[in-house]
Amino acid sequence: MFDRYLIDEKSVRNIGPADAPTGFAFEARLGYYRGLGLSMIEELNITVDGEALPRAAVLFDEGPGPLTLDEMESAYDRRWAFGAPATISVDYSGGLAPGEHRVALQQKLRVSYMPFPSFNFDEKKVTI
Amino acid sequence: MTGIERGVSLYSFQEEMFLGQMSIEDCVAFAAAIGAKGIEILPEQNMPGFPNITDADIGWWQDLMARHGTHFTCYDMFLDTKRRKDRLMTDEEQVESIHRDLRLCHRLGIRNMRVLVFVRPDILGRCVPLAEELDIHMGVEVHAPWHLEHAWILRTIDEADRLGTKHLGILPDMGIFMKHYPPAFRGRFEREGARPEVAQFIVDQHEKKVMCEYTIFEVAVKMQGNPAEVRMAETLRHAPYANPKRIGDYAPYFRHIQAKFYEMTPDCTDPALAYDEVIPELVKAGWQGALSSEYEGNRWIQDVEPVDSREQVRRQHVMFERLLAQREGEAV
Repeated sequence: MFDRYLIDEKSVRNIGPADAPTGFAFEARLGYYRGLGLSMIEELNITVDGEALPRAAVLFDEGPGPLTLDEMESAYDRRWAFGAPATISVDYSGGLAPGEHRVALQQKLRVSYMPFPSFNFDEKKVTI
Repeated sequence: MTGIERGVSLYSFQEEMFLGQMSIEDCVAFAAAIGAKGIEILPEQNMPGFPNITDADIGWWQDLMARHGTHFTCYDMFLDTKRRKDRLMTDEEQVESIHRDLRLCHRLGIRNMRVLVFVRPDILGRCVPLAEELDIHMGVEVHAPWHLEHAWILRTIDEADRLGTKHLGILPDMGIFMKHYPPAFRGRFEREGARPEVAQFIVDQHEKKVMCEYTIFEVAVKMQGNPAEVRMAETLRHAPYANPKRIGDYAPYFRHIQAKFYEMTPDCTDPALAYDEVIPELVKAGWQGALSSEYEGNRWIQDVEPVDSREQVRRQHVMFERLLAQREGEAV
């Protein structure tokens, strides 16, 4: 319902030392009409120019501090609020090279009233 | 005068709220400005701190209602039975979660709670004592593809009858009265690649009320439909046209209506949902409660045009006023 708004393309930036970036980060929103506990966010699948990045490379932080996807599974006291940006950072040695890239985010959610997982997808062209 | 009041669910403004273009107060002020004084909320959408809601938060909401001359009509609950990856919530955990919502609903001074349709009737039966104590009606959302006489819905009604309670029942979502296929859906699928002649076939099949699986097979297999065409055909699984004439039979079981809609035309008619048949039946039944706008058209048009939820809701309320006034005129 909000797929086109998941990635804030203006927020995509490299992280780590400026001369030797260790990855990149961006602000994202949850593609759902309400907030959701972090334990129900099963996957944040990220691709760069079509290359799928490993699950273990992803960190998520809606404010209190970064968590891996494995840690989110039992983060029962934390929620991603409706419409609220959260920071997704990705280990990606060297960061994104200067120029244009396609960054994609797929969210896989465990929505209790649905018989199957819920998927949201957004892809944005970004320039570093 | 009928006992039907006009209201708005904050769900209607999800596009603008999500994008930070409207605040909660903007939504409530707009509702008040069009005379829709009944406000339905989704705490898990509208209260960022949920479920940790302080008395100061409650006070803020109550002041907001007072400032705009509005009042709450309904609290939309959720139940995260799949909160844990390794197992479903136990029955006791489900009851406790619903109790949490009943208590927050009560603190807000709200007397109707929308219950998700998938919640089991026996779990709700266990929540009836607290609902009675707090005087809250738990209404199971009758949402497409369920409909008023779906056997799953009838189980909740049976449970309410068995317990002899007025605090458990249903809460219809008007999407169950889809008399015509929504033009907004068709437009979206055509933009995604559905050929106009195939889209027209699907619309015609829905208009004739052909059972959806025939149409899906025709499109997917015989016509070798493309993905957008197959997806469009599959929406027919969620497009029931329940019989408005049965509303009177069920009116004792509901106190609130989610007035779902996907689009309103510039002349303030709904091209898809049969409000012109439903509202007279509600009036005839002497039903009392709120028609609470639930605009859900944003997701169908946001790829081509800016969403204007306010204008859509305004048009729906022009239609409500017209249909309600017609019935009152006839009653006189």
